[in-house]
Formats: sequence, C-alpha cells, structure tokens
Amino acid sequence: MFALIEKTIHESPLVTAFAFVGAVIWISNQLGHHLTRGRIAGSAIAVLAGLALAYAGGVVTGKSKGLADISLFGGLALMGGAMMRDFTIVATASEVHVDEAKKAGWLGFVALVLGTILPFVVGVGVAFAFGQRDPVTLTTIGAGAVTYIVGPVTGAAIGASSDVIALSIATGVVKAILVMIFTPVFARFMRLNNPQAAMVFGGLAGTVSGVSAGLAATDRRLVPYGALVATFHTGFGCLLGPSLLFLAVKALFG
Amino acid sequence: MVIFGTALLAACYLAGIAVGEAIAALIGVKANVGGVGIAMLFLIAAQHFLQKRGLFHTDTAKGVTFWAMMYIPVVVAMAATQNVIVAVRSGPIAILAAAGSFAICILFISLINRVIERAHIASAPLAPTSDDHDPASDLSVAPDHR
Repeated sequence: MFALIEKTIHESPLVTAFAFVGAVIWISNQLGHHLTRGRIAGSAIAVLAGLALAYAGGVVTGKSKGLADISLFGGLALMGGAMMRDFTIVATASEVHVDEAKKAGWLGFVALVLGTILPFVVGVGVAFAFGQRDPVTLTTIGAGAVTYIVGPVTGAAIGASSDVIALSIATGVVKAILVMIFTPVFARFMRLNNPQAAMVFGGLAGTVSGVSAGLAATDRRLVPYGALVATFHTGFGCLLGPSLLFLAVKALFG
Repeated sequence: MVIFGTALLAACYLAGIAVGEAIAALIGVKANVGGVGIAMLFLIAAQHFLQKRGLFHTDTAKGVTFWAMMYIPVVVAMAATQNVIVAVRSGPIAILAAAGSFAICILFISLINRVIERAHIASAPLAPTSDDHDPASDLSVAPDHR
C-alpha cells in the first residue's frame, strides 16, 4: 500500500509539487486568517514556510536545493526553478497598466543604478572592515551584495578564488532571503502601496527572487511593476561589476 | 482557445529571453540582460495589439491569467528550494554585507517613495483587498482592481 503511494509520487514529481504547494498555501492561509486575524498575509506565511521547509530539507540531506533534494519533493525544483519563475513573472505583465508603468520609467532606472551601487559599496565596506584588501576579493563580495548571480559572474570574470565566490553567493542568498521575509514587515515604512513605489522597490531591492516573493507577500497586484524593473537588475549588475565597479575598487585599493 | 493565450505568453517569453541573450552577447556580459523584462514588454504590446482588434478573447486571456495566478505558488516552491543552510551558516561577512545593503536599500526606497508621493508622481495607494478573495474574479479579460 505504502509502496504503491510512493511509486505514484515518484513517477509524478511536478504534479506532486502542485498538490504539496497547494496544501502549504492552504495551511498558511488558515494560519494567517485565524491566528493573526488576517494581519499577516497568507502568502507571506507561505513564503516563510517554504524557507523553513528548505532549511529542514537542507538539514536532512546536507545538499543545496532545500526540500527538492528529498526525492519525494523533487518536483519542487522544476516548479520553483528559474524557468517557471520567469514564465509566471512574464504572465503577471498581463495585469500591468501601461500608463502606471510609463509614469515611473525613469524612476525605475534611477532606482536600478542606486540598487547596484549602494549594495556594492556596503559589501565592499564590510569586506574591508573584516581585513580584506585584495581588489578582486572586495569586488566579488561587493557584487554578491547586489545579487547572488552578479557575485559569481563578476568573480569569475575577474579571477576570484572559489571560496571568495562561494562567500559572494552566500551574501546574495542571505540578501534575497532578507528581502523575502522583511518586505511585508517594512511595506508601510517604504510606502509600498502603489505601482510607482513598487518599481522603485524593484530597482533598489534587486534580486528577482527576493523582490517577487516580497511583493507577492505584500500585495499581489504590485508584483508585475516591481518585477519589470528587477529583471534588469542582474544584467545591469553583471555589466557594471567586472567593468566599472572593479576598476573603481582597483583605483581605490589596488 | 485557452492554449492560444499560453502560446502567446510562451512566444513572448522566448522572444524576450532571446533578446536578453543577444544584448548580453553584444555588450559582452555573461548573464541575460533584462530578458524577462523585455518579454513582459512584448506581452503588454501583443495584448494591447490584439485587444484593439478584438482578437483577444476571454478564453485566450485565461491562458495567460492562469499563469499569472500561479505566480505565488511558484514563488513558494522557489522558497522551498533555496539554499537556506548556506545563508544561515555563512560567516559574519555575508550576513553583515547582506543586512547592511538591505537596510540601506530600505532607507532609500522609503525616502524616494515619500518624495514621489509628495510630488504626486506616485498613483494613489491601491484599494485594500482581502487576501483570500476569489481568484476567479481576476480571470476577466481586462482586470480592473481599482
């Protein structure tokens, strides 16, 4: 009997993931509704639950893909992978009001520039404070503070060692997770309640995964506006990291 | 038919990603440059074009909106596959750099958003909704939430 169920689940990983995520969201909605009287959005709890499950999965398997490393939940890797994430993000564009987006196009760009330079400066500053003096190391860690893709891409381009690259990835992952968790918490402080604000947020907070999950947990209707800007973030960072930013660091510390 | 909407979405996705790759190759960057954002612009344009000609039927729209509604579940799945262990166990550099840059970004977001709110660049806040409203009500051709 049990073997039968297990066989079924193993043969349909993606469908199992649909059912499992549905259950997680249902439980999260119930918790949000009854325990917090609707004060915390169900989707915020669901994202947190996802992270907690990822931690549990990592503890059990000692691998890097959270719950997806447990073979029963392997379908989560496909459902939550970059392809599905980007496909559904593009779909949210169907809800964009063009006039709203046009109103903040230039603001999005300003936010994008700030969102690349500010985290980079903080990352370099922290690494410097911990005694790092090598421009390659400083740049790679700074780039990791932009996003966890900009870090390794920059590091590989300027020849950083693998432990430094790992550190820059860790920096970016921590940032993405912080954005996911704390966006709903600081939403009111950030005045995150209109499309233009969401575009500023998307440019400054950066990481697509963090922005998209954070906005989803705050107000689903803001997702396309934030994502529209945030998707340029990684490319922009990968453009500036190994070039302009590296040269600047080299001039300062080299 | 529903598949027309999903196919349109897929075509925009592929075209956008391809353009993003092309830009990356042109400027010599090793990551896709704005591919998803460009795909979003394609979808907005295509939808607008079809709507104006009355070719964007309710069924076609459903093929797009279904995937837009699947967005949060996908994000939950994504959260469940993050390398949280690395994040928790990484040293002080990673945690401080991440927390510091996040804090600075929050301050700037707050500052800019207060400025644009006062300068009336920002739209009025969206009307509140209940989190568990019936998503089926969003499956209309031109969703107007306000």
